[in-house]
Amino acid sequence: MRAVLYVLTSMAVIGLAFWAYRENYATQQALSEADKLHANIRGAYARLAVLKAEWAYQNRPERLRDLAVLNFDRLGLLPLQPDQFGAVDQVAYPPAPLLPITDPVDVSTMNAPDSQEDQL
Amino acid sequence: MIRTPLRPLARILDARQRGENPDAIERENKRIRHEQMRDRSRQRAEGRLLVLGVFFFCAFSVVGARMGLLATSEAVEPRAHAPGAVISASRADIVDRNGNILATNFETHALYAQPRHMVDPAAAAKKLVGVFPDLDEELLLKDFTGKRKFLWIKKKISPEQMQAVHDIGDPGLLFAPRDMRLYPNGKLAAHVMGGASFGKEGVHAAEVIGVAGVEKYFDDYLRDPANGNKPLQLSLDLTVQAAAEQVLAGGMKLFNAKGATSVLMDVKTGEVVSVVSLPSFDPNDRPRPATKGDASDSPLFNRSVQGVYELGSAFKIFAATQAIELGLVNADTVIDTAGPMKVGGFRIGEFHGKNYGKLSVADIIVHSSNRGTGRLALQIGAARQQEFLKKLGFFEATPFEIVEAAGGKPLLPKRWTELSSVTISYGHGMSSSPMHLAAGYAMLANGGYQVKPTLIKQETPQLGPRLISANASADARRILRKVVTDGTASFAEVPGYQIAGKTGTADKPKPTGGYYKDKVIATFASFFPANDPKYVLIVTLDEAVETSGAKPRRTAGWTAVPVAAEMIRRIAPLLGLRPTVEPLEEAVVTLAGNN
Repeated sequence: MRAVLYVLTSMAVIGLAFWAYRENYATQQALSEADKLHANIRGAYARLAVLKAEWAYQNRPERLRDLAVLNFDRLGLLPLQPDQFGAVDQVAYPPAPLLPITDPVDVSTMNAPDSQEDQL
Repeated sequence: MIRTPLRPLARILDARQRGENPDAIERENKRIRHEQMRDRSRQRAEGRLLVLGVFFFCAFSVVGARMGLLATSEAVEPRAHAPGAVISASRADIVDRNGNILATNFETHALYAQPRHMVDPAAAAKKLVGVFPDLDEELLLKDFTGKRKFLWIKKKISPEQMQAVHDIGDPGLLFAPRDMRLYPNGKLAAHVMGGASFGKEGVHAAEVIGVAGVEKYFDDYLRDPANGNKPLQLSLDLTVQAAAEQVLAGGMKLFNAKGATSVLMDVKTGEVVSVVSLPSFDPNDRPRPATKGDASDSPLFNRSVQGVYELGSAFKIFAATQAIELGLVNADTVIDTAGPMKVGGFRIGEFHGKNYGKLSVADIIVHSSNRGTGRLALQIGAARQQEFLKKLGFFEATPFEIVEAAGGKPLLPKRWTELSSVTISYGHGMSSSPMHLAAGYAMLANGGYQVKPTLIKQETPQLGPRLISANASADARRILRKVVTDGTASFAEVPGYQIAGKTGTADKPKPTGGYYKDKVIATFASFFPANDPKYVLIVTLDEAVETSGAKPRRTAGWTAVPVAAEMIRRIAPLLGLRPTVEPLEEAVVTLAGNN
């Protein structure tokens, strides 16, 4: 009985040692992966900051103004003027849709003058 | 263990035969047994104490070793810890009211040298000068071959320069990562931004500290790592600021002014949407402060808050409004402005020696009569005038959130005599900054509530205590509107935006005492639209002169007013203000009875 207990205990110890060994390596693996991810995130943040700065630099009002002047022929951009505000009643209503045709009339073009010839 | 009996039979019988007391044997044995028991328990206790001692020793050794390790090793971030909120080591960004970046950080490198590790100092120095032409080769060589173990060569270098230095290939030339403060908009809002520089510098990092403007005022907030991803949002509007700077620079050139400043402020929230001071500088490359000469000649001088000048007739409306508020007069009360008027032995004259005769209070402002406002001030009295101006904030520096604002303390007369009271009513004898004037006009425009100029975006109106009644405020608005339609500021008529305002032209004081005859500060203080004011605009030109006529014209009506009008034409649409038709004056109904 005692021998069985010893065998079982030592097997449990071996099992636990094996489990701890594996967990240890799995943890190391996960940590180094997390490290890599953190480094990636840091890099991404740094790139994002550079891109934001670049965007702000490219969109600085001075440069946009110069670009508007350079491309005036193409774009015709001018500073916003007070008279460019419109009123709501200046906007046309969308045209009413055509009524559905319920009783079509047949029209023959047999004796009609040839419209294409007329145009020519 | 064989237990010794207390009364061993052999010894008892022996003792009985000898006639001794056998109990003595028992006592003797008991004593021995007790001694043995005592020794055993002492031994056990000592053993336990030893184990406990060893245990404590080990525990404290571990704690001590860990502490020593923590103290001596380099700090590392916890590896197994998932970052919750992003903690950023870099300085927080500054953005405008729409989220456009005004200041951000940029990763760059500093260049340093460790001469001990250098292979060929002479060649390295020569090649370094090739990359950085501003370095001195001899000086570098002296440093590289001398006793120094470490020296900084450049604080900030570009990636191209870094590559070039890398290509030199000397192991003694090393790079240190740096966070650099970048103002992508260049000169835009330079005086608000101020600038930043490096504080404590190490090889791995350097502190970025604000040196002026909002960067210095909010240095603690911006440096707090917890705020790394929470940008500081200002009330400035990038687009409006750019337009205002362009118009003001144009106006400054057109009227040959030495400097110019403008303040655009929301009348209800006190948010400063645009504040310009010209000449300006680039905060990315902040110039050194002037060590000699007049501080106001330096581009670093912020005229909007530090430019403390007598602002002239723009002050008159405060006297008129206070007189109306106190019930001494109403807008139509007629006051005799005819001369001569002597106060404290000092003659009060009008501009160009004019004489306006009898004028209503409204017309006193419209024609800008010194004697008229002087008489109103005498009616008000010095004590009440002081109290009113104090409540308007004219007695202390503005709470505007840049460090320079604290330096803009108004200059007040030492003794507030009757004469001071009269001259201050028309804007002389007391100096304040355009920012003060903006706060005062905002009070007139918003219905009589005190507001404080602020640089931080506000969500709701920040109305302080009420200083004047709604009626007095409406009167002030009407009078100031009349100044534009019938008075000295006729150039301020912009169709669609009913501008109301008052001009002010004050002679510049000489540093030696007295006033210059041909140098003026021309101010136009205005708000728009007049019937429901949204914004206050102050435009001040320093030494402006208009030379299209036969004689040079220096009054604000010819210089500051057209600039302000053009500015409003440009920025009002940007602020989303739709041009409107001016509502007709409401018909006044008088209740009358017929008995």
